[in-house]
Amino acid sequence: MICELVSKAKLTANIYDFTVLSPEMAAKAVPGQFVHVLCEGGTYLRRPISIADIIDKKYIRFIFEVRGKGTAALAESKVGDELDVLGPLGNGFILSDAEPADESDDGEVVLVGGGIGIFPLLGLAKSLNGRASVLLGFRNADAVIMTDEFEPVTKNVFISTDDGSMGYHGFITDILKNIVESNKVKAIFTCGPKPMMKIVSEIARENDILCQVSMEERMGCGVGACVTCTCTVKGGERRRVCKDGPIFYGEEVEWDG
Amino acid sequence: MADLKVNIAGVEWKNPVTTASGTFGFGREYSEYFDLSGLGAICLKALSAVERRGNESPRIAETNQGILNSVGLQNPGAEYFIEYVLPWLRNYDTKLIANLAGSTIEDYVEVTQILGDKVDMLELNISCPNVKEGGMAFGTDAKMVEKVTKSVKRAAKVPLIVKLSPNVTDIAEMARAAEAGGADAVSLINTLLGMKIDINTRKPVLKNNMGGLSGPAVMPIAVRMVYQVRQAVKLPIIGMGGITTAEDAIEFFLAGANAVAVGTAGLVDPYAWIKVRNGIGDYLDKNGFASINDIVGKVEMN
Repeated sequence: MICELVSKAKLTANIYDFTVLSPEMAAKAVPGQFVHVLCEGGTYLRRPISIADIIDKKYIRFIFEVRGKGTAALAESKVGDELDVLGPLGNGFILSDAEPADESDDGEVVLVGGGIGIFPLLGLAKSLNGRASVLLGFRNADAVIMTDEFEPVTKNVFISTDDGSMGYHGFITDILKNIVESNKVKAIFTCGPKPMMKIVSEIARENDILCQVSMEERMGCGVGACVTCTCTVKGGERRRVCKDGPIFYGEEVEWDG
Repeated sequence: MADLKVNIAGVEWKNPVTTASGTFGFGREYSEYFDLSGLGAICLKALSAVERRGNESPRIAETNQGILNSVGLQNPGAEYFIEYVLPWLRNYDTKLIANLAGSTIEDYVEVTQILGDKVDMLELNISCPNVKEGGMAFGTDAKMVEKVTKSVKRAAKVPLIVKLSPNVTDIAEMARAAEAGGADAVSLINTLLGMKIDINTRKPVLKNNMGGLSGPAVMPIAVRMVYQVRQAVKLPIIGMGGITTAEDAIEFFLAGANAVAVGTAGLVDPYAWIKVRNGIGDYLDKNGFASINDIVGKVEMN
């Protein structure tokens, strides 16, 4: 699908924030899904990028880090350019897990993001109407972004950096542990590096909390046909990240498989 | 309007475009993008007698104008396919080709027997580079090609296509062996064994280390091999390897292919199959050819 790039911002030295006009995609998209973007730069395959936000049922916003030739070329796009974008693809987060069971259900909803994994949590936080707390982990203060966007749409924003240059000094999963121990948490949603999500998933399992994880894998078609981007689940079955995911339950993932 | 119909080993396809096995699943995913009845045939993802889990991820690596894959024939097994997928596929007016996977001759015969005449054609996959046993090991030894072809042909109730491996010194010899074994058609090329190294981790990108190369990068090799096989055997040829546009497909017809398969290009553009089909018709019309047969093997060598 060809769609126009209507706004572009540079968030850090190598992170770009794109919004494209596509009422067709925006009508269908839900938080947690991704778009598959054709890049120049001599690359061949599309690049899967999570949807950060769906705006006014007209626009799709996605944020990406320049990792190689393809994303570097994509970052060179100018407002007004036409991008070849396939989507929305994959399954979104299952929002019903965050719904209160009844009026007395005051269980917390916690979103845990690490690095560039924080982006899909923005649209999710908005869909949860300010009921979620969000935990964002970064390498250092220079990498901290978008906290001003999370603040108005969440109950609390907690930040950690690996080097302590901003917020809590340590892993974001330490903060999650504290929250889980002192509050009743009913659902956790996470996106970030696999080792982080594995720990989040373990904390959730130990405390009997539903936990949805957004998986990533080297991908081909993005629609489920080529079966290259698989995630091994408990029992050994290999499921497609693009079509059966990217959202899985943490407890079903074979983290070391 | 040129006639796009082709006859492959007695099976009439409404047009000469099929899917390269493994790039199209069982068709369900792409049915959301276009009407599957628009294809001459659908060559399905490999089926084995029992389900296979395939290899660990990463299973795909991007290369210059192509990809390496090491899926490893993941599939739910032929019986599952017949019960849960085939009835849905039969809603479409297109021919169905089952791609047969196995580790031993007995495996190949077993999956052939399970499928019986429930599909329109069979494609014997003796050229997959991504499995430890069977696969390419059968396809790179002419005696084995003939032997496994003969065994499967004996069990086959529908026409048998043998898919040739390009990982050989003499592809014509393999085609003759398939013909001697009783193949009704041949298809080529399967992927070329390759490797991609991540220079930062200093490890191969694929978990399986090596995988099969496909995409535009392999096309000149495929065209050359189709030409060589055309000189060697009378069998119908389904040509494939990097076809992205109708112009690419025309090269294969001129080299001697009777039909073509589009595969990797579809991973980038879900409409690639239909675009190639439409463009073939346009080429025939523009150049005054009445049918595909008018251009098959018509390359004039220097």
